Amino acid sequence: MQESRSDPHMALRPEQATIPPGHSWNRLPMIGVVLALLGAVACAILGPANPKQFFFSWLVSFLFFLSLALGALFFVLIQYAAQGGWGIVVRRIGETIFATLPVMAALFLPLLLGLRDLYSWSVPGAAEHDALLRWKAPYLNVPFFLIRAALYFGIWSFIALLYYRGSSGQDVTGDPAVSARLRRLAGPAIIVLALTQTFASVDWIMSLTPHWYSTIFGVYFFAGSFVGFIALLSVVVVGMRRAGLLNTVISAEHLHDLGKLLFAFTAFWAYIAFSQFFLMWYANLPEETIWYQARLEGSWKTVSILLMAGHFGAPFFYLMGRAVKRRGSTLAAGGMWLLAMHFMDLYWQVMPTLHPAGVRPSVLDVAAFLAVGGCFGAAAGWLMRRKALVPLRDPRLAESIAFENA
Amino acid sequence: MTFDLLRSLGAMPLVNQLPKGPYYGVLAEFATPADLYHACERVRDAGFTRWDAHTPFPVHGLEGAMGLRRSPLPWIVLGMGLLGAALGFLLQWWVHTSAYPLVISGKPFNAWPAFIPITFEVAVLFAALGAVLGMLGLNRLPMHYHPLFRSKVFERVTDDAFFISIESWDPRFDASATGKLLESLGARSVELLES
Repeated sequence: MQESRSDPHMALRPEQATIPPGHSWNRLPMIGVVLALLGAVACAILGPANPKQFFFSWLVSFLFFLSLALGALFFVLIQYAAQGGWGIVVRRIGETIFATLPVMAALFLPLLLGLRDLYSWSVPGAAEHDALLRWKAPYLNVPFFLIRAALYFGIWSFIALLYYRGSSGQDVTGDPAVSARLRRLAGPAIIVLALTQTFASVDWIMSLTPHWYSTIFGVYFFAGSFVGFIALLSVVVVGMRRAGLLNTVISAEHLHDLGKLLFAFTAFWAYIAFSQFFLMWYANLPEETIWYQARLEGSWKTVSILLMAGHFGAPFFYLMGRAVKRRGSTLAAGGMWLLAMHFMDLYWQVMPTLHPAGVRPSVLDVAAFLAVGGCFGAAAGWLMRRKALVPLRDPRLAESIAFENA
Repeated sequence: MTFDLLRSLGAMPLVNQLPKGPYYGVLAEFATPADLYHACERVRDAGFTRWDAHTPFPVHGLEGAMGLRRSPLPWIVLGMGLLGAALGFLLQWWVHTSAYPLVISGKPFNAWPAFIPITFEVAVLFAALGAVLGMLGLNRLPMHYHPLFRSKVFERVTDDAFFISIESWDPRFDASATGKLLESLGARSVELLES
């Protein structure tokens, strides 16, 4: 669809893509801060009595929101690398979400107080009578663990701010060279992101069971994080349209594509999750099956079955149809469901280390979720108020707005 | 949806149902995609059902201008995929539990995780075959001869010309009135084709 415009770099008037004064979405940072304070106070009251539970609850919530931000970073990087047209209208929402990565770095700090509660390998002397831990000690030791964590957050924050500043700077200058520069950097950035994300998942989740190892674990973490982010993006986009934001910008065509990604990566997650399970089940080696053993007994087995049916079976058939993906209400329902499933997936990966006998939900799970989620929401909400909700002067914005599925 | 499926199948005449009458239908040539697009809207609104548009390249939104229903192909693919999954799983289950039970690496006879990869592959194979064969079937392909190829101008359909053909067994078809309608819609040439 060709449309003639006086300024090809200004497909939208800024007021079509900003949160107007007095709009209810302006309160997002405030709501986030209140929830975060509520959660933090609850953690401060309940945590000291049960520090182990606090650190595990915090780890699950931290990983949940971190994975959403990392999923956002990957989404925006592939949009640049592949020169995607359709996704430009939702790119700024992704940029806003990954721009919270420096905040996630601060939310990682509480975990440092509980390293010995979380990771049995970090307890002094743990490797003394354990040949496997001794062999892994050059990697699994506290100083190197801390250096790596600093490196991950440094790299992620650097890429995140590079892309956030580049894109939001283009709103002002309208310089098309910015798009070209960020496109060239996207390929190497994806490789760096994939490597750091893999090692981070090994450090923070896999090493909870230090004898166990899975070579596909990084991909598994990535698959979950991308499903989580697309689910969040779908919910946010539909929520914005309901609130009267971006109504002239985002259409059913864009929702349709988000639905397709959600559908595809739900299947991808299942493919990877099953591949991991299948090879360990088949080979039947003790140091590998121990991880699944813990998750296929007692009430953890119920969670495993729920994951299979709820993270794959139900959404796979639900999202298959075309109408479900194009209607806001049905897409957002699928997105909220998959966000819940993604949380359950991480809970199921982390918590059996603390409660091997069975699922033991705790108030601290909720408190930590509010504290971390409140900070995440406040940061994202604050950024949304400061900039336009779409990259206003991206050279291909008009193409993205007019996008239609063939 | 099943009604839709039956209707769309019924709306497509089989090759051997071609009428024995003197005419196949009328063929009108248009100069630009825009002319064709607007002519299609009018032909659609005039209530014709057995007609088609022919272009050298996909024209965006033409299926809407023609008033085409969505293809029943996805349902064929879904059905075939589920059938393939069921057959793939049942074959393995039958072989390993009753036809030829063997203990393999200490697993139970009904070792369902081991059946999943083949179940998945057979589902994909059946779905893909359903998509290809279903597409061919719905398009009545392969078709070795079509009356449209009698037209000399129609050769340009793969080059730079845009066509509408209205078939003579459309209930609203009338050899002279239909031709005049197409002329009034801006056709560069209108031709009556023998069957």
